[in-house]
This record gives sequence, structure tokens and C-alpha cells, in this order.
Amino acid sequence: MTTPKPLLNIENLHVTFSTRRGPVEAVRGISLSLAEGETLGIVGESGSGKSVTGFAMTRLLDASGKISGGRINFRDRDITKMTSASLREMHGSAMAMIFQNPRGALNPIRAIGQQIADAILAHRKISASEARAQSLELLRAVKIRDPEKRMNAYPHELSGGMCQRVMIAMAISSNPALLIADEPTTGLDVTTQKVVMDLLASIAAERGMATILITHDLGLAARYCRRVVVMEQGRLVEEADALTLFRSPQHSYTKRLVAASPTATSRVEDLVSDDDKLLVPAIPLPPPPKPAHGTPPLLEVLNLVKRFEDGTVGVANFSMAIAPGESVGLVGESGSGKSTTSRMICRLLDQTEGTINFSGQSISHIPAREFHRAPQRREIQIVFQDPNDSLNPRFNAFDCIAHPLIRLLGMRNGAALKQRVAECAHRVGLPADLLERFPHQLSGGQKARIGIARAIACRPKLLVLDEPTAALDVSVQAVVLQLLDRLRREDNLAFLFVSHDLNVVRMMCQRTIVLRNGAIVEQGESHALFDNPQTDYTRELVDAVPHIEMIAAGKMAAGA
Amino acid sequence: MTTLGATAIRAARRFASSLPALFGVLIFTFLLMRVLPGDPAVFFASGPNSGKEEIETIRKQMGLDKPVPQQLFLYLYDVGRGNLGRSLMTGQNVTKDLRERLPASLELTFSALLIALVLAIPLGVLAALKPGSLIDHGVRLFCALGVCVPTFVSGLLLIYIFYYLFGVSPDPTGRVDIFTTLPPAHTGFLLIDFALAGDFDGWWAAFKQLILPACTMALFVIAPLARITRASMLASLGSDFVRTARSVGLSWWRIIVTYALRNAILPVITIAGIVFSTMLGANVLVEKVFSWPGVASYALDALLSSDYAPVQGFVLLMASVFVIVNLVVDVLYGIADPRISIG
Repeated sequence: MTTPKPLLNIENLHVTFSTRRGPVEAVRGISLSLAEGETLGIVGESGSGKSVTGFAMTRLLDASGKISGGRINFRDRDITKMTSASLREMHGSAMAMIFQNPRGALNPIRAIGQQIADAILAHRKISASEARAQSLELLRAVKIRDPEKRMNAYPHELSGGMCQRVMIAMAISSNPALLIADEPTTGLDVTTQKVVMDLLASIAAERGMATILITHDLGLAARYCRRVVVMEQGRLVEEADALTLFRSPQHSYTKRLVAASPTATSRVEDLVSDDDKLLVPAIPLPPPPKPAHGTPPLLEVLNLVKRFEDGTVGVANFSMAIAPGESVGLVGESGSGKSTTSRMICRLLDQTEGTINFSGQSISHIPAREFHRAPQRREIQIVFQDPNDSLNPRFNAFDCIAHPLIRLLGMRNGAALKQRVAECAHRVGLPADLLERFPHQLSGGQKARIGIARAIACRPKLLVLDEPTAALDVSVQAVVLQLLDRLRREDNLAFLFVSHDLNVVRMMCQRTIVLRNGAIVEQGESHALFDNPQTDYTRELVDAVPHIEMIAAGKMAAGA
Repeated sequence: MTTLGATAIRAARRFASSLPALFGVLIFTFLLMRVLPGDPAVFFASGPNSGKEEIETIRKQMGLDKPVPQQLFLYLYDVGRGNLGRSLMTGQNVTKDLRERLPASLELTFSALLIALVLAIPLGVLAALKPGSLIDHGVRLFCALGVCVPTFVSGLLLIYIFYYLFGVSPDPTGRVDIFTTLPPAHTGFLLIDFALAGDFDGWWAAFKQLILPACTMALFVIAPLARITRASMLASLGSDFVRTARSVGLSWWRIIVTYALRNAILPVITIAGIVFSTMLGANVLVEKVFSWPGVASYALDALLSSDYAPVQGFVLLMASVFVIVNLVVDVLYGIADPRISIG
């Protein structure tokens, strides 16, 4: 991997943000170099400064961020000293970016064909109709179906994956030498992620563009990048080619990160190193009680159907059962009906048809808006996806956890309530002094713990988890998953675990149900299902998950 | 086109849903007038030697001796036939009075809104481009002054400066001075009618009369418009799609105008609609100061003399204007934002 002349060379880069509490250094002296046509991955967790590095390279930092030191040489020109005119000249034609949240990255009130044409016209003096013809070509290049029709579409009429393709088309419109992709597939389905990343990789290879992939997903970086650097708190902690890095990480942070990333073979116990385990108080686990023969299942769902007002079918004829203490995964792409199903089961949404029995009693006849008065409400609790939005910003941690106790168990303010809340907080590993804090004063992981403490406060029998760790960093996810698994075993809780992350579901759930277009495609014991999928759809899902191990036999071998 | 069709359907639905509100306004105003102190019969009979009998006669003529529900029923019946009643002040039909005066108010309000928008949007954009700068603070100060000085003060101040000190403005009495011959009334908007008639001296005279009251009104509403422009422009400039526009190297002008401003203008449309409706009805002070023969001063005079029909007619007119303006805003919004026409 010796290249005579690097395309991009970063020396000792520092980026500082001015905040109300004074300057904060987000990037603290990183050095990098990138050859023409090379693919580099920058991985790290939130706050590691990886995105800031990307924005610094293109000088697209927010007004509050400033490059406070170091040099960025791009083709022997120092970007940090460029005038805004030459920067504008360079943007798009020499380096371009692809962003997270593709729908937000496109102008919502301008047709996509026009937006691509704008990008073309920024660098070439051609007529509007020529630009239009070229944007049509670009839409074809990024493999959008019916490109003629899509030219006049607005971003809200396209799926997230489609919007990202449009974004790619805009980025490559003036053939830049460097493409920086900042979390390009976060928030997209695994299958869409694969399609978009494959497209990006093939376009970059075809046109000889160097690519920097900024991501939190080690598997993704491993699959698509030859060389990977790891960032932690604004510093580069390790740099190596992808295979070496994930096979034998050297730095302790990389080791932790690699261990925390769920893979096809990992177990919940292995995710967290021993230091982190101490955060959760150790309680000896009793052996899981064996359910007596002939007891009814905890949850039984029969022929559940949901039709929406506009006639579309959200869920079609869904049936399942969960035994006490059992953990069942529900996977599928967005729009597959998994969230709709879980909402109907936890009675936040009315079904159109079908029955739901809980502990042998029907709960489906109780309308969702009345269910909070039903005795089963405290037996079925929910952990929501977004730890930020699912907590009342005006409630402190104590109030959040106490709320269900007061509303559902009728507890009054007093010593008993305090003790119960403290006990819940203790069980989820939330330090007692954090109970006074409000959500905005807590980290994502701490908020997730509050969400879990709130859900287990009433000692439910069934926990419905809707993507409980989707918004968390891998190392935090690892701790939270371990916590959930332990709680389940201790309380003989049953889980309905909704997730798009197959590796997580494989670890956490004994059984898995695969949904597509509201119908069950396949179900069975998790390991067997994922190791040997019976349907094409499941196989497609499984194959789309980027694994660290796959690089050994797959892509890297072909690329090397 | 489907978007236009969808917008039309949405507008029609919106209009239909506002009819009950209009009806409610009608009844509420009617009852309110009955509750307010003051007896119109006494007021209009009040010659110095009018006796009880005379008052009773007038009351009977006006139908005020009947029970209130019956009065209401009769009133609704008349309104249904398009008859808003007769004004005792002018002795004319309220419908005719309003029709004569509404164009004056509309012309004034439209001009004021136009001036306000032309000033407020660039000011808001400038302030948003350099938040915290001298320009930003200057705009804020200007807006604060505009709001906190009452219109009758700023109006008088403008008259003092431009009429009394410099003498560039004509005397502030009405829409044109009495020596100018009026053009044939096509639209009721003098500027348009003069232009249609080809009488440019007349146009200029009308324009000079209009500009001071219009500026007075505009000063008062620049603040909300500029503030909302600044706020939504800031949001728009900080958005992901503006960052995208920068990342592909679009020109400064294109980023500011085509990408940021066109998105930022959407909430301004809404506020402009509200501002317009408010100005039309509430700027009675400006009409009074400039002796503008508009609907607001007409309604105020009627209210002071307990003249029921014009006040009720005026409130109904304002409510209808509000509904229509909201519809227009809706349609504009549907055209400006492709996301709205869905669903």
C-alpha cells in the first residue's frame, strides 16, 4: 500500500467549538493521509469527533466550529487557508460529501432533478436543458427506477434509500476526486444499506474516487474499507488495514469496541469487558423456573389484522404465542409491520381484527384508549426506541420511574415510593444521585436505563421492546443488552423484542419471527433460523448484515 | 394538474368547515350588540324635546320592541337574502356603505402589507445572515420602535414631517383632494382605476395621499414579519439541505435565495395572512388620523352611535375576509410547499 503522492494529507488537525461553557476541542490533533482512489474508514462512537473531522476536511463546519490548528493538504493546497471563493470552486468538483439523514439533506421544496442540475450548473457553464439531461443520466447511474418520472419528484415522495441515491448523484455530479460519506446508511434498513453501500463502492471504484466512510458500524467499515482508523475523544487511537484491526486490535478502546459489536457468533456475556460489568450490581441468578406442563402461554395472538383508514394493510393475519420468561424477536424491514404489531400487542393501537389473550384472558376487546385502566396494563410494559423523546423533559429521573407506580399501582408520595424507585434504579445500574437529574442532563445510555427502570417498575410479566438500543452507541448498547438479558432471567420476564438488527436479535431471543409486508415469512429458533434461513427474504436479510468476520473470505480477498 | 386539484379540494373543504364559525360570529355579534349599553332609539330620537312616545314609535319602526329571538330570526332571514340592514347614520343600506368603503380599506391595507413585506423580508434575511451583528441589532431596534410607537403617533409624526415641515405630501384628508376628478370605478382601487383611465396626474395624486397612511400601517407590522423571516431564515440556513447545497459548491446567491429563502418564506406567508386580516379591521386609528373613508372608521362611528346594523355587518365582513384570507394563504402554501398537497 505504498503510494507516491497522497491525495489528502492531514497534519495535526485541531477543531474547536465555541460553546456557552467556553471552547470545546472536538478534534485534538489527528494526522491522516489518503491516496488517490483509496477507501478509508473512520470509526468511532458519538462524540469521538469523526464527523467533525469530515466536516473540517470540507470546511463545512458549523459557524461555531473552527479549525484551530494543523493543516489539511488536498492536492498540495492547504484547505485551511483557502478563500471562500476557491472553496466553493472546490466543493463538488474536487471533494463532495454524502450525509446522514438523506431526506433532510435534500431541499424539501425543490424537485430532485432540479437539485442535481443545480449541482451540475455550479461547476459547468452549460444550458439548463443539457444539465437536465445530465441529471437524468446521473439518476440512471445511481440506479433509480423510472428516472424520467423521478426527475420531478420531491424528496418526501421518495424512500430514504432513494433519497440517499439522489444525494450520491449530486455528490458525484462533477466527478470529485474525494467522496466523504458521513454515516450514509444510518437509519436505513439493512437490505437498503447493502444496496446503497454497494452502489457507492462500485461508483467510487468505477470513477476512481477516493472514499472516506465515516461510521459507527465496525462491520460496515470492515466490509467496505481497505484501511480503517479508530477515533476516540478527538484522537486517532489506532490505524490499520481492516482485517488486522478487527482480528487483533491493539488499543484498549478498539478492543472494547470490537468486543461490543454484536456478530453472528457473539453471546450477550461477551459483549462487555469485566470493567464495565461492575456498573451493574451482581446478583446471583436463580435457575430459571420451568413452566408447568399445560399452563396457557403468557401471550397468545390469533389472526391479528390491521387495516389503516386509507385501505392499506399494515398487518395481515398475524399469530404468535410467547411463554412466560420467553424472549421472542420480531424482525423485518421498515414498513414490514413490526412496530404496528407490537403496538397492538401492548394496546397502544386498536387492531382491526383478531384476538390477543394475555395469561388466558382476552385483552383485545379492550380499546387501546381504555387499556390504561385495565389491570393488565401493569403486566405489559414498553421500552421505547428513542430514549430522548420517550421521557418527559419536565420530569426528572425519579418522576419518570415513579410515574407508573403512582398511576398504575396507586402508590403515594412517600418513603415506600422512594424506596421502590431507588430499587428500580439500582436494578438497572442507575446511580442514585442521578435520580434528581432531568433527561437533558443525562447521557443516552442513562436515559435508556431510565426507560427500562420505568418499564420494570410495576413488575410486568411481558416487556415489549421497540428497538431499545437503536439510538445507542455499540459500547452502551452492549451494557444495556446485558442488563436486559439479566433482568429477564431474574424476573422470568417475557420479551417481545422488535429490532432491525439481526445480530442483536440472535443474541437476545430464543425464537425469532420474520415479518414482511405485515405477514410472517418465517419463524423458528433464532440460531437455526439465522444459520439456515428457509426463505429467500430471510436469507437476503441475513446476508445484508455486514459482519466483521466476513471480510476474511469475502470482499477483502476479492479486492486485494 | 393533480397538485392544483388537491389544493382546490383542500381549499373547498376548508371553506366549508369555516361556515359554522361564520354563523357563530353572526349570532355572537348580534347578541353582543343587544347586551351593550345604549339604546339606538333614544340616540336617534334625541331631539331636545323628543318625548317617550316618539321614542316608542322609533323603536317600533326599528323592530326593537319585538323579543330578541324574533329579532335574531328576522335578522338572519335578512342576512340570508343578502340584506344587512339599513344604517341610521347614513340612511343607506349597510351593504352599499360597506361596498363603497371596503375598496378604500383594502387598497390601503394591501399597499401597507406590500411596503411591510418589501422592507421586512430583506431586513429579516440580513439579520439572519449575520446573527448577533450590528445589522441584527439595528433591525431589532427598528422593529421594536415600529411596534412600540402607536400608529396614531407615528401617523401624526409622518404628517408633521412630510406635510408640515417639508410640504411634500398633500394634506392628509381622504383618498384624493376634492379637485381631482375621480376615474370611472372599475375596481374601487384608485391606483388601478386611474391607471386604467390613463390619468397619471390623478394616479400620482392618489399615490401621494396613500403613501403616508400606508407607511404608518406598515411600520407597525414590519416587526412581526421581519422577526418571523429572521427566525425561519436562521432555521433554514442551519438546515441539512443548505449544508448539502454548500457541499456541492452552489453559488452564494443560489444558496441564500433558492435554497434557504424559499423554504423560509413558508411561515412568513402564514403570518402575512394574519397580519393582513388584523390590519384591515384594526387600523381604525390610521383611518381616523388620515380621514380615510374606510370600513373601520365607519364601524367605529356606528358603534359610538349604537347603530346596530353597520356594526354587525362590519363584523360579518371582517370574519368573511378572515376566512377568505386564510383560504388564500392555504392555496399559496399548497403551491409553495409540495409536501402540503399530499394527504
